[in-house]
Amino acid sequence: MTELFYSGAVVAVIATLLVIVQTNVVHALIYLVLSLLAVAVVFFSVGAPFVAILEAIVYAGAIMVLFLFVVMMLNLGQRSRDQEKNWLPARSWLVPSVLAAVLLMQLTASFPAAQTQIVEVGARAVSELLFGPYVLAVELASFLLLAGLVSAYHIAKK
Amino acid sequence: MQWEVGSALNIASILAAVIVIAAMLIWVERRLLGFWQDRLGPNRVGPFGLLQVVADMIKIFTKEDWIPPFADRFSFVLAPTIIMIVVLLSFSVVPFAPGVGIVDSNIGVLFVLAMASLGAYSVMLGGLSSDNKYALLGSLRAAAQMVSYEVFMGISLLGVVALAGSFNLREIVLAQEGGWFVVPQFIGFIIFLIAGVAESHRLPFDIPEAEQEICAGYHTEYSGMKFGMFFVGEYLGLVLISSLITVLFFGGWQGPLLPPLVWFFIKASCFIAFFILLRAAIPRPRYDQLMSYGWLFLLPLSLINLLITGVVILSANQM
Amino acid sequence: MSDPIARPHSKSFFAKFAELISDTLTSQVVTLWRVFKHLFVATDTVQYPEQQPHMFSRWRGRIILTRDPDGEERCVACNLCAVACPVDCIALQKTEDEEGRWYPEFFRINFSRCIMCGFCEEACPTNAIQLTPDFEMAEYKRQDMVWEKADLLIAGTGKYHETNFYRVAGKAIGGKDKGEARNELPPVDVRSLLP
Repeated sequence: MTELFYSGAVVAVIATLLVIVQTNVVHALIYLVLSLLAVAVVFFSVGAPFVAILEAIVYAGAIMVLFLFVVMMLNLGQRSRDQEKNWLPARSWLVPSVLAAVLLMQLTASFPAAQTQIVEVGARAVSELLFGPYVLAVELASFLLLAGLVSAYHIAKK
Repeated sequence: MQWEVGSALNIASILAAVIVIAAMLIWVERRLLGFWQDRLGPNRVGPFGLLQVVADMIKIFTKEDWIPPFADRFSFVLAPTIIMIVVLLSFSVVPFAPGVGIVDSNIGVLFVLAMASLGAYSVMLGGLSSDNKYALLGSLRAAAQMVSYEVFMGISLLGVVALAGSFNLREIVLAQEGGWFVVPQFIGFIIFLIAGVAESHRLPFDIPEAEQEICAGYHTEYSGMKFGMFFVGEYLGLVLISSLITVLFFGGWQGPLLPPLVWFFIKASCFIAFFILLRAAIPRPRYDQLMSYGWLFLLPLSLINLLITGVVILSANQM
Repeated sequence: MSDPIARPHSKSFFAKFAELISDTLTSQVVTLWRVFKHLFVATDTVQYPEQQPHMFSRWRGRIILTRDPDGEERCVACNLCAVACPVDCIALQKTEDEEGRWYPEFFRINFSRCIMCGFCEEACPTNAIQLTPDFEMAEYKRQDMVWEKADLLIAGTGKYHETNFYRVAGKAIGGKDKGEARNELPPVDVRSLLP
């Protein structure tokens, strides 16, 4: 599982970096999907298969599809690629990345010792938590979703 | 060598069997369509035309594999591989028989749904990278259709999951020893069937590639083996949906007298034939009809089905 | 007492639901069943090379040139077929033998242009050019699609057995002078006063 964790983490980091430096929006989205799938692998390797698969279904499978759907409508061509290139000179990413590196070092220094014991949290455990102590949050979220659904239907009907 | 889940022999033979069956479907579909239209279908190459598959393979392998100069090469090459990979990965959780399977995953059903949702990228990227208006229209339709029907597909499965008490497909099969889930979950079965057809965008829901309206939809610009991968990917999807229906609703490999694998094969073949019959008989709905049918009819129906299933299971548990 | 006139707006929810079910499910299932039954219906396919299709005698296929019952060429090289041909695939040259009979010196049909419309057959005054129920004319070289008179001319009379142009026409040929044709009176001597 450790190898799985590290390989997933490396893929996720590299893919996320590629998302940032890509000038083609579609390519950036593909790398973002790859990054999300890699994060799903990381979740899986630390014993959360349910969260991993939800990451794949909801983020990689549904939300990114909608992103791609929007990109399809935009008719992006060479011009937007050139614009993206112009927006990425060294002076705009140098300082933020140095700051981020400092933050990363602080984080790694303050990490607790790696937990070697992996406890698998399956679908049943997750749902017992969701419909036990957190049932109110689940119900509120479902109200929100239902309201969104109904209003989307109303807008589409007009 | 021992037949056990996940052995190398198992993986190799399942991969080979699935791909060979998907390829043979080229011939099976054309013959069956022929009979249903009072024709004979391809019967020239080899006995009963069985070698038609080989002829088609040779043709598709030797054709020019052209990438249009205006296309986005990266996504253009990526798109057809995605559909093959996700469908083949979905087969990894399907339990074919006791001891025959690749993974016994506790999240098997969810894994299949995740792979189905990732399959949408194939058609979307294929249409988007082609830089062709028909391809773009096709992939727009495909995106909306697949994202919508994933929802009902997932919800229709939840009744079965609740009855079996597990996401593990092998345990779902074992839970059907007393009776097939198609009886208590008939509505779920119908919804899953419809959503499965829409998800593998086969006729009558082949709106993303409707030839009469938008050329060939998202694979207008594809040729050679890249087109072949879309083509075989569609048949693989057909085999996958049939296998899943067998596993989820019709007791998987269970049956009297015959060996389990044979039972699985018979059941799955019946559904493959049924999907071909659907293609032969049912006309294609309009795009907006498809969407409103899904959201206004199938979604409430599947939710009601899930609700009733939950009520029945809870009351049975309390008694 | 129920209202005998059905009002579509007053349908209950359940009636609408039942209608939806019958529209979306029942009719589809019926269609599926009807198509499925065709599995047990004999196919209409004719397995062509082994099993020849039944050709009707008026089928417009390969063009032939025929001979009259006396065994002479019917074609009188009048060019009407070439004029009638919408794709101009017929070419011929008139010549005359020592007896006075007209016949084509060459008669050429380019079958790669021919559309088998049969206008030439309709135009022909002597029933010489005829279309036959034969369609197996594929060639590997395009030049082989051009048929000469030797290829077109057959030994028999074709579809019309009686037509014999020179036996009814007034033209004098060898062995038949003016006035000797069928249903033909001897020529009138216009210089004589006798009836």
